[in-house]
Order: sequence, then C-alpha cells, then structure tokens
Amino acid sequence: MTDIDTTAPSEVELLPPPEGGEVASSGSPWVLVARTFAQNKLALVGLAFVLLVILFSFIGPIIYKTDQINPNLIAVNLGPGGGHPLGTDSSGFDILGRLMKGGQSSIEVGIAVGIVSTVAGLIYGAIAGYFGGALDGVLMRLVDVGLAIPIVFLFIFMAQIYKPSLGLLIFLLTLVSWLIPARLVRGETLALRTREYVQAVQVMGGRSWRIITRHIIPNTIGVIMVTVTFQIANAILTLAVLQYLGFGLPPTTPTWGSMLSDGTTYLQDGYWWEVYPALIMIVITVVAFNFIGDALQDAFDVRLQER
Amino acid sequence: MTGFIIRRLGQAIVVVLGVTLITFILLHLLPGSLARDILGNRATPQAIEQFNQQNHLNQPFFVQYWYFLDQLLHGNLGYSYQFNRSVDSLLKTDLPRDLVLGGLSLIFSLVIAIPTGIAQAVKRNSAVDYAGTGVSFLLYSMPQYAIALLLIQFLSISFHVFPAEAPQSTSAIGMLEHPAGLVLPVLSLTLVTYAAFSRYMRSSAIDTLAQDYIRTARAKGLPERLVLMRHLLRNSLVAVVTLVGLSIPLVLTGTLIIEQVFNYPGAGLEYFQAALRNDYEVMLGITVLVGVITVVGNLMADIGYAILDPRIRY
Repeated sequence: MTDIDTTAPSEVELLPPPEGGEVASSGSPWVLVARTFAQNKLALVGLAFVLLVILFSFIGPIIYKTDQINPNLIAVNLGPGGGHPLGTDSSGFDILGRLMKGGQSSIEVGIAVGIVSTVAGLIYGAIAGYFGGALDGVLMRLVDVGLAIPIVFLFIFMAQIYKPSLGLLIFLLTLVSWLIPARLVRGETLALRTREYVQAVQVMGGRSWRIITRHIIPNTIGVIMVTVTFQIANAILTLAVLQYLGFGLPPTTPTWGSMLSDGTTYLQDGYWWEVYPALIMIVITVVAFNFIGDALQDAFDVRLQER
Repeated sequence: MTGFIIRRLGQAIVVVLGVTLITFILLHLLPGSLARDILGNRATPQAIEQFNQQNHLNQPFFVQYWYFLDQLLHGNLGYSYQFNRSVDSLLKTDLPRDLVLGGLSLIFSLVIAIPTGIAQAVKRNSAVDYAGTGVSFLLYSMPQYAIALLLIQFLSISFHVFPAEAPQSTSAIGMLEHPAGLVLPVLSLTLVTYAAFSRYMRSSAIDTLAQDYIRTARAKGLPERLVLMRHLLRNSLVAVVTLVGLSIPLVLTGTLIIEQVFNYPGAGLEYFQAALRNDYEVMLGITVLVGVITVVGNLMADIGYAILDPRIRY
C-alpha cells in the first residue's frame, strides 16, 4: 500500500466542467463581512460622515484659524456673514471655529471611551462567563450594582468633587460604560465555552487563560466590533448631555454640549446660529456611528451574508 | 419556580446592598468636615467633637456603614441641612409628580411603538419601514434635551401653541389640571422612549414573524388581521413586558434632563438643584432610592418574564 494512486491525473482533466459553472471562492470571513458592510448604503454614508467630522475637527482649525481663548465683546451675537460664516456667540467667539474645537474633545473622548470600555468589559465578561459558578455570580452582581445607579446622577456627583478635565471625563465615562460590553461578552462566552474546539483544548491540557485569549475572545469579535461602535456613539451623546448640564470640561472650553446650553438662552431672541449648528454636529456624528454599528451588526449576521 | 424567585430575590438584595455601599463610599469621599459645614465656622472644637460623637463620625468605616444601613431601613433617606427638611418629605411631593410625567410618557410611547413596530415588521423593507427606521434612528441619536429644545422652539416660541414651562402644582392631581403645560414635557419624553422601544419592537416582531406557527396560521387561511392579533401580538408581548419592566424604574428616575429643561418639579430636578447647591445628603438619598427602585423593577421584569414564557426556567 505504499503506492500512491497515479492513474487519476489524465482522467480528471478529461472530465467536463460542472454544469452550473465553477464555484468561486467566497473569500475569508472578513472579506464577507466587508462585502456585506459595503452593500449597506447607510453604512457608507456613516463612514463618510465620520471621516468628514474627524477632518473637520482636527484639520479644520489649522486651515481656519479663530481665537477661542480671548472673548471679543465687540463682535457679540453676530449673525452669519462677513468674517463669521456661522456667526458669533455671546462671548464673541466664532461659532464655526468653536464647532471645530468642540469636535476635538467629543471625538477624542468618544473613541477613547468606546475602545477602553469595550476592552475592559470584554476581559471582565470573558472571565466571568468562562469560569462561571461563584466567580460569575459575584462579578455579575457588581455589574448589576453598577447598572442600578443612574449614570447622570453619578456623574453630577463626581463632577462636584473632582475638577473636570479631559482625562477624568474619559475615566468616569469608561467607568460607567464598561458594564454593557461585560454583560454581552459574558453571554457570548457562556454560549462559546460548550463548543467542541474549547473542549478539545481542555482535553489537550490547555490552560484556561489560553482558551480565553486564543479561542473565546477571537470568536466574539463580531459582537465586540459592533459594541465598540455603539459605545462610541453613546459616549459622544453622554458627553454632550454632561456638557449641557455644565458638568463637563471647564466653562469656557469649546464643546458642542456647552454651546447648546449657552445658546438656548438666546433661542427666544432668534439667534438660531448659536444652537442649531452644534446640535446638527452632534446628531450627524452620533447617527453616523449608529449607522456603522447597525451595518456591522448586519454584516456579522451570517444569515444576511451572500456567499 | 419558587426556587427561581427566591434566588432572584437573594440576588436583588445583594445588589441593593451594593448600591447602598457605593452611595455610602461616595458620601465618604466628600471633602471637608460635615460637622463644620453644619455647625458653621464659629463652632468650638468641643461642639465639633460632640457632633462627631452623636453622628458616629469618628467610628471606623464599616461601623458608620452599619448605622447608615440602619437609618435606611427605618426609611430615613437623609436630611437636607440646607432646606431643613428630611429627604423623604422632599420626595413625597416629587415622586407622584414624576409618576405623572413618566407614566403618561410610558403609556403613550407603548401605544405608538407596538403598532408601528408590528407594521414595520410586516411591511419589512418597504417605504413605511424605512421611514419608521429613519425617524427612530434620528430620535435615538439626539440628546434628550435636543428633542425638548426643538419642541420648545417650534411649539412654544415660533408658534405659541403650548407653554414651555411645566405646571408647578404641589400634587400629582394638580399637575393633571394643567394639561397645556404637560404637553411638551410628556411629548419629549414620549419621543425619547419611543426611539428606544421601536427598534426593539421591530426586531422582536421580525423574529416572531419568522416562526413556523405564523406560516401555519397563514397557510390555514387565517385572515392577516387575526394572524397579527392572535399570534404575533401575543408572542411579541413577552418582549414588551420585559421592556416595560425595565422601564418602570426609568419612569421615576430617567427624567432628570427633561425636568431640567422644562422646570418640571420632579425627583430629577430635585437632584440637579441639590447638586448645584452642594446638598450631598439629598443627592445621595435620591441615588439610593433610585438604585433600589431600579433593582426592584428589574426583579419584577425577570419574574414577569419567567411567568409569561413557560420555556424560561432557570
């Protein structure tokens, strides 16, 4: 039985091609995800908007220079026109420039919180879900406690005690945001740990840490990516709320939320440019991230992929 | 079943204890001395010492926590030194008014979200579906106060249809006597809640429609209307019950921003104003109450879910 069958080759070449035509390779799972994502028009729109907002916030101030530090009391509450495409606010700051600077803090905080909270949550959730039992019970009770305390309340309280700064904001927002990814990943881990390949690694003597990092977490990538996107959207929204309530960055820092709260006092005077541009920026950014997240969710859903 | 309820109850108690502990730790984090704040700058060291003695402020951490728990169990949520009233008395008038705002919004948003969710699921990927998804996406992505502001702008400032401030009555019934002032706050909160509900309703209805019994019912020749009412509605209702159960705590606790915008006299505004004047006792009393209400609400939702769906057995 050492002979390898050598009669095949010439006969195989003479076989007619299959009736339906050759089957093209469907590509790796990532290619499928990317293709399904790209087919969703809203997702592409969302992606485009996110890139535009990032460019607007970070490259914008380099091109369009405005002074956001010194109030200019001569040019107060001016309408759009002249040197100010979107007018000025009650301290004489140019609105367009303020939007750009405001975008910087929103995007930075949003992305930082989105990523860090998801990473922290997924490690926590994977450990809780994989080891189960008493450890899972304790860890999940902590998550429940965190979820029972309303975020806004906690924030307002913390803001009273500690001086607000960008780093502190990111830290506090992450502190309240990691709970949801933890829950989600724990659920996924509970489902995944009964899979045969996990059992195979256990039988081979693989350590728990190896199983969690090499097998369980990589298989939750779909859920994780979707969660990161939605976390970013929520972080930007929560940040806007906090800034509106006055509990964000120091008072004169340009931020979208504080622009809204400053501007609403002038709504009755008809100074719409002090309110709506900031509002539109917030909505565009959050909607864009939500579109992307929704499309990613559909893209990772195997039933919707076309092979 | 009883085992499940007992276990869930046990978990709920643990979580409530956790909430009280966190709140207490926050109370402890506060800078400054409570004695000095209350007795004033001219207080003598003996007076401060006596105050600390009476309020157990020089005991170790966990002893103080024990007294705090004891105080909570007796229904004492704290005392506002700035208003010279107990937190209970403040909340006694606030919570019924919150119930009016939150309750009305919850009912209205359910009344809107359930039919539209089902309609969107039935007419999936049609113009109606896209329009509905677009609207709820937009609402979902706006900060609550933005929705409120837009409503104020259009219904109150530009066209003087409704007043922008909520009625300031001292009782819940009194609030209902001024329906004009209630419209904008309730409408804002309804839109916000609807945004969260509609996505969930739609996907739950889509999942239910894919079930075999729906196909069977249609194959039997059952009119579409009856298919929807008898099979789809009842089975989607389980999802709705979970949602409602999770939202009931929010009725009392999730209204802070809307209250702040419309000056609606509820627990949320109370908290916000307490924060502005650094009245930490009130802030923490409200936080503990809110935490407890949330845990109880989730417990009710879980138990209700288990009762409704015979397949759920833990």
